[in-house]
Amino acid sequence: MRTAGTFLAVALLAIFAAKTAGAQEQRIASSWTPATVSGQGQPRGYVEYQKFCSMCHGEGVGRPGTLALQAKYKGAVPALLDKRTDLTPAFVKTTVRNGISVMPFFRKTEISDADLDAIAAYLARNNKP
Amino acid sequence: MRVPPGVSPRDFADAIKQWGEAVGKEWVFTSDEDVDLYRDSYSPFWHEAEEPIPSAAVAPDGVEQVQAVVKIANTYKVPLWTISTGKNLGYGGSAPLLGGSVVLDLKRMDRILEVNEKNHYALVEPGVSYFDLYRYIQEKGLKVWIDPADPGWGSLIGNAVDRGGGRTPMRDHFDAHCGMEIVLPNGEVMRTGMGALPGSKTWQQYRYGFGPYVDGMFSQSSLGVVTKMGFWLFPEPEAYFTGTVTVPKHDDLIPLVATLAYLMNSSIVLGTTSVASPLNFVRDPALAALRAKPGGASTQELGQYALEKNLGYWSIELPFYGPAKVVAAQWEYAKDRFSAIAGAKFQEGATRRFPLDPKEPVPFPGSVAMGIPNLSVFGVGGARSEGHVWFSPIIPMTGEAVLEAQQVFTDAYKEMGMAMGPLFFLGPSSNYPRCFLVLFGFPIEHDIEKNRKNRENFKRLIQVAAEHGWGEYRTHTAFMETVMNAYSYNNHALRRFHETIKDAVDPNGILSPGKCGIWPKHLRKAQA
Amino acid sequence: MRVPPGVSPSDFADALKQFEEAVGKEWVFTSDEDVALYRDAYSPFWGEPDELVASAAVAPDSVEQVQAVVKIANTYKIPIYPVSTGKNLGYGGSAPAYSGSVVLDLKRMNRILEVNEKNAYALVEPGVSYFDLYRYIQEKGLKLWIDVPDPGWGSPIGNSLDRGGGYLMPQYRNHFDAHCGMEVVLANGELLRTGMGAMPGAKTWQQYKSGFGPWIDGIFSQSNFGVVTKMGFWLMPEPDAYLSGTVMVPRHDDLIPLVEIITNLENTRVTNGMPFFGSPLLTRGGPLGGGGPQPDPELTALLAKPDAVSSPELQQYAEKKGTSYWSCTLSFYGAEKANAANWEFAKEKFSAIPGAKFADGEALKLPLTAEQREKVNVPQFGIPSLRMFSIGARSDTNPTPTNGHVWFSPIIPRTGEAIFEANRVFAQAARELGLPVPVFSLPTGYWERAFIFLFGFPITHDIDTNKKNRASFQRLVKIAAEHGWGEYRTAPAHQGAVMDTYSFNNHALLRFHETLKDAVDPNGILSAGRYGIWPKHLREAKS
Repeated sequence: MRTAGTFLAVALLAIFAAKTAGAQEQRIASSWTPATVSGQGQPRGYVEYQKFCSMCHGEGVGRPGTLALQAKYKGAVPALLDKRTDLTPAFVKTTVRNGISVMPFFRKTEISDADLDAIAAYLARNNKP
Repeated sequence: MRVPPGVSPRDFADAIKQWGEAVGKEWVFTSDEDVDLYRDSYSPFWHEAEEPIPSAAVAPDGVEQVQAVVKIANTYKVPLWTISTGKNLGYGGSAPLLGGSVVLDLKRMDRILEVNEKNHYALVEPGVSYFDLYRYIQEKGLKVWIDPADPGWGSLIGNAVDRGGGRTPMRDHFDAHCGMEIVLPNGEVMRTGMGALPGSKTWQQYRYGFGPYVDGMFSQSSLGVVTKMGFWLFPEPEAYFTGTVTVPKHDDLIPLVATLAYLMNSSIVLGTTSVASPLNFVRDPALAALRAKPGGASTQELGQYALEKNLGYWSIELPFYGPAKVVAAQWEYAKDRFSAIAGAKFQEGATRRFPLDPKEPVPFPGSVAMGIPNLSVFGVGGARSEGHVWFSPIIPMTGEAVLEAQQVFTDAYKEMGMAMGPLFFLGPSSNYPRCFLVLFGFPIEHDIEKNRKNRENFKRLIQVAAEHGWGEYRTHTAFMETVMNAYSYNNHALRRFHETIKDAVDPNGILSPGKCGIWPKHLRKAQA
Repeated sequence: MRVPPGVSPSDFADALKQFEEAVGKEWVFTSDEDVALYRDAYSPFWGEPDELVASAAVAPDSVEQVQAVVKIANTYKIPIYPVSTGKNLGYGGSAPAYSGSVVLDLKRMNRILEVNEKNAYALVEPGVSYFDLYRYIQEKGLKLWIDVPDPGWGSPIGNSLDRGGGYLMPQYRNHFDAHCGMEVVLANGELLRTGMGAMPGAKTWQQYKSGFGPWIDGIFSQSNFGVVTKMGFWLMPEPDAYLSGTVMVPRHDDLIPLVEIITNLENTRVTNGMPFFGSPLLTRGGPLGGGGPQPDPELTALLAKPDAVSSPELQQYAEKKGTSYWSCTLSFYGAEKANAANWEFAKEKFSAIPGAKFADGEALKLPLTAEQREKVNVPQFGIPSLRMFSIGARSDTNPTPTNGHVWFSPIIPRTGEAIFEANRVFAQAARELGLPVPVFSLPTGYWERAFIFLFGFPITHDIDTNKKNRASFQRLVKIAAEHGWGEYRTAPAHQGAVMDTYSFNNHALLRFHETLKDAVDPNGILSAGRYGIWPKHLREAKS
């Protein structure tokens, strides 16, 4: 019930405040995802991550995934997924294929197993045992 | 008395009797004298045996009567041909495609059911003409415009379902509709869009309703009788203004049209305009001599002539609607864009403010672009004309396409030995948002040989256009089959789809057989 | 392995084998793990036996493969369910309307076939997303804008066929209206092109919508009569400039003339963007937050009373604080000076409302700089994003997120009176249903000439909650219908109930749909049940 109430009210907020939403969010140092992701000098999986994940998990205004992780961890770990040092490939893959909260799961025609392996490897690259 | 094909005289007599009971005897027309009034005044078959003449006409006064008439027709398998105001001259008029059909004349259903001034829409019956609705709005002092077709006596519904166009920002007539009521071949009434929700409050406000959007199937078709239709109206703007841009060289047409396309797609120019050539309006023996040379005048020669006479090679008169200050700013911006063409010149028309002075007589030249219906278009053919039939291909909105079409059709006319009179290559015009419509008027002359030749030539033009990827948007009943045949992708998949639907919705094939090349099953084999 | 209803296991096995031959083995999904990816992530039946799920999925790569798959399905009478990018979250996602269907996943057909800058149109395949098309246009430096719905990962084809809306000028933000030309694979596997496309070698397929003869395109939207494999779209040329302006009105009843004036300005194209309605009074430090100062206890107390919004006490409060009751932000796209002149004209018209106040928005020259792109409301600039998911997602103001949402989306008349009536009716309904009563809801301006309310019902992973919410949803559908308001779109879980309200003359429209369905898809293989349209053999089974 409380969830429903919160949700409906938040929906109205969005309708009222669509224009001001940007101003209210915490401003993270921003960079626009370039149309062509060059990937030069970057690990494999960087390009796929930009293409498939950055719209929600990237930097900048209007990234629901980053906002959600900010609210969840409150700075205990970086809100930006690709800055994390604690992710494992298994965790990434499970989340992409099962979803969590409002994040849906992704089909293999969207993100193939090979793409997912590369993304998972990229996100886990800083997780040194 | 003529009897419809495939119907026994006995059955026909029964049907006529029952129609008399349904609509009143005086509204069932069977005498030759009465039925002749339903001939196509502009028929390309005038006086020939092939001219499709109806067997009778029935004129109902309301939806229930329409339902009764259709049910009776279905019982006896009598082919009907529906007309609204029956003024579709140039495209078939009030005559059926299949000779011997019974005309279902909806002119008596002329109620204006609602005009909503605040939300700018109207709901009308088929017999309501542009003149009718215009008068109603003037009488009530409502601040909304209609968008008339060139002949103001046409029906809003009839013109829209034949997908005609006008001049103002609401010029795409079918696109401007919102909500329909239809009597199906089995006599059932159906409402589309939000009208399917009983007590709907938004029938004329939201087009699509819920589920498949079927409205388009009842345009240029024979699946139902439309008995009500909603239309979005344009609120009276503050001002209307036209500005003309003229460019000096032949090749300037390319950037000229590209700029026009940009302005239209940006909603800055929002009405019908045409590409014109000032050279076409010059009466100078020198120019005539130039053109009369063997091989005609070259574009350089014409360009040189235009330059010397300070005429310009091409011009477009751009319509603007809106607040006076906005219109002025839009025009400034348009001039700025066109100025990229070296030598572009501009001329301003008058700004008209609304409402017009009630003392000003209407119509006046150009007033159709301000929503005022008239019949001046009938002066176009000239005093000697007995009428015309329109050939109406759609071409891309590019200068290249205009030049190509001009060349192709000039060659075709020469090949056929046809004179390129005042009804040759009218436009190209932006009656529809993103393309050009070119109109050719084929004269009707009450001379059997000439008409026969013209029909052959018309069909030849359909082929020529198709070879270049240009299709007609609408055509006269005499040519519907030929035009539909040109839409042949994947072995006429679209027409076969239409036939599948036709057989399902109108199994007895009673509604408008042959319309747009779609025949009911029992007549299809006969045609093949 | 699940077998589609009405299909024998051996027929299904044969069909699957043939699907594999047609598209390649790796693109036929039958394992539980793979097929689970086709669940509706926001299913209102999550985890229940009635949850709509696929039996398998097939992902073709070309029109020929689509034709082959459809022919195979027709031979074995396998129910199939096409999805484009399959991201219709809130309206059913990628799950079929008829549980056990095989999903026909068109995501791999992601070619952008043409983008014509001069005539401002695109021709695309179903798997192309808004992000894809946007990126293509940016890469090529074309001066064209696409019109995006809230989630940018959707498909222009999929979204327009479900008749979604966006944010730019009316003719572009009505996504179905903005289409021009279609290619369709019919249930018998035949290929059809509509409009000018039916002419071989047509030069105007994406320039003139209706071609010759009956214009059939509409029957492929919100329906199940064919599989759309190509669609043309009219795009908006990049405007010279953008301007926004906000009008604020002081009194409760001012909403009525406010809407009337806006409607006139929109229909005359003085304002050509999407209007955004708001309430400075109700968002300013009120319980709805807005991230401003702490909620004013006096306001909170006032709003807790029944019928608070139209109460004289609230009006007095507003006057005391000098806060406007309602606002609307208008957008203008076009030449810089014309935008300014249009806004001036609009202000003149609004001044007929005593006490109307104005705030000029930013005037932006286009294209935007990278810095400006970060600050604007991106969909109004044709830029796709996923920012709308912030609504249900975890955030500082929403610590307990849901698992998704399902939209209740009635169309109401475009008048202030209708907004007030809808609020009364839906508040009353919410009270009856034990739902939280919204303080006030304002419509979204997607459509010209009508209003739409968008209410999100939460999706949880709790069966009882979901059950209750489904019942509430359907009750709202009925209540709306009683007041002459119908939904414009809904999830398969509720499509039957909504179609049921479109009952004029004994459901004549649905019966017409069924006539068409039986004619064009006699074996009833395409998206059975979608939008309440069931093929003959399943209608008979139900009755």
